[in-house]
Amino acid sequence: MWVLAGIVVIAAGFMLRFNPLLVVVASALVTGLAAGLDPGTVLSAFGKAFNDNRYITIIYIVLPVIGILERHGLQERARDLIGRIRGATLGRLLLVYLLFRQVTAALGLTSIAGPAQTVRPLIAPMAEAAAETQAPGESDPEQAKALAAATDNVGLFFGEDIFIAIGSILLMKGVLEADGIDLPPLALSAWAIPTAIAAFAIHGTRLLLADRQLRRKARKP
Amino acid sequence: MIGLGFLYLVAGVTFAAFAVLSVAGRPRHPGNALFYALIAVSFLLGDRLGDLGNGVLVLAIVLVATLGRMGSRERPQEPVAPRGSMLFVPALVIPVTALAGTLLFSELPGLVDPKQATLVSLTLGVILALAICYLWLRPAPAEPFRQGTRLMDHIGWAAILPQMLASLGAVFALAGMGGVVGSLIGHVIPEGSVLGAVTVYCFGMALFTVIMGNAFAAFPVMLTAIGLPLLIHTYGGAPARVAAIGMLAGFCGTLMTPMAANFNLVPAALLELRDRYGVIRAQIPTAIPLLIFNIVLLYWVI
Repeated sequence: MWVLAGIVVIAAGFMLRFNPLLVVVASALVTGLAAGLDPGTVLSAFGKAFNDNRYITIIYIVLPVIGILERHGLQERARDLIGRIRGATLGRLLLVYLLFRQVTAALGLTSIAGPAQTVRPLIAPMAEAAAETQAPGESDPEQAKALAAATDNVGLFFGEDIFIAIGSILLMKGVLEADGIDLPPLALSAWAIPTAIAAFAIHGTRLLLADRQLRRKARKP
Repeated sequence: MIGLGFLYLVAGVTFAAFAVLSVAGRPRHPGNALFYALIAVSFLLGDRLGDLGNGVLVLAIVLVATLGRMGSRERPQEPVAPRGSMLFVPALVIPVTALAGTLLFSELPGLVDPKQATLVSLTLGVILALAICYLWLRPAPAEPFRQGTRLMDHIGWAAILPQMLASLGAVFALAGMGGVVGSLIGHVIPEGSVLGAVTVYCFGMALFTVIMGNAFAAFPVMLTAIGLPLLIHTYGGAPARVAAIGMLAGFCGTLMTPMAANFNLVPAALLELRDRYGVIRAQIPTAIPLLIFNIVLLYWVI
């Protein structure tokens, strides 16, 4: 029962605005001690898991390329491009990106796009430019950029589970196997499809509503 | 065979470059440089440090992140001649190589670790794009990494939070957290109510994901607590449906939590949003209806 203190530490630490890294380490120590483990064992377990999970942090190797391209005007080019496409709107742009992200993630290509790879250099400046064209002087660039990042996440989360070899599918298979239930990954990934369609419908509707909001802003200055 | 070793070497060298350039750029504020240097050590030497050594390394990283006064600073940069639409080419080389490599390496077994095919291809795409940038734009040798450091400074300590949460999950598992939470939640479901069990299962997945920042940590807990004993064994739900829809209910939680830093805080920092919760705010109106959809769907197909 006392191990629940670890969850309390996370929630409290976050609400009190301590540095989240510090909160995570404190929670690990509290949880381990509450379970009767000695601090050395907890630290070793944490260190081993940290080392095993380094692949999560590799993605930042794209930053030098993105940085140097931005230095030479990549974001401005992305804005120009969207300005030249007639009929390009914030909603339609992000709707196409949502579909692209869901379909590629469903094929297992989760790393080809993302906040650093595509959103910051390309999609966010395009979204910002499209919104500004729709409602000159009235659009909110913060909102356009946030919506671009949100669309990237929604597309990734509700596409990737359709792919049979993604981490979450393998985790589900493993946990079910431990209880003697053996399932082919395809059975699990097939049941990700209804929610994927619902995610496209719900988020897509919101994107088109964002267009309508921009039209309204453009009409009454 | 090209695998994680190669990826960690590239990542380690990149972070080492960030560290060196941080020292050169801001010698009076060593926090950033120290933080990147410790991450470089983890990538390059992690396998030789031993478990306890890695634990001590984590403590050092946390210490620097907490006390090191890390931060970002935009300096005015000398203008360079902007380039035309060809700038898209190196940017698109990365995803195209990732895609092509993933497909190619599955046809050529033995060359690349099949489990890491996409990450290896992505890394090769980055190296190729960087080579194109050097040949075409002719920057000073350190310039791309200086620009990379500028972007990395925006992200700061949040860069390492997902890896830390995954490690916390391992400690939770060791301490038997799943069983405790499971026995506790089991008491709140009204007996005989399928809808009640489905709702608590899906909502619990989302809530535990919000706390842990990761649906992977929530899934074993909720499946052992409610999914298996009630939904599958008592009410006869098909395991594939219960598991898959439950996991996706957890993903709805990921959309709503700052603990999922890589998805929610890092993009806000990268896009330089004034509101660091801006991305979460943009996601909640999608996450809540989608969570309800998952509850209804699972109730319907059980």
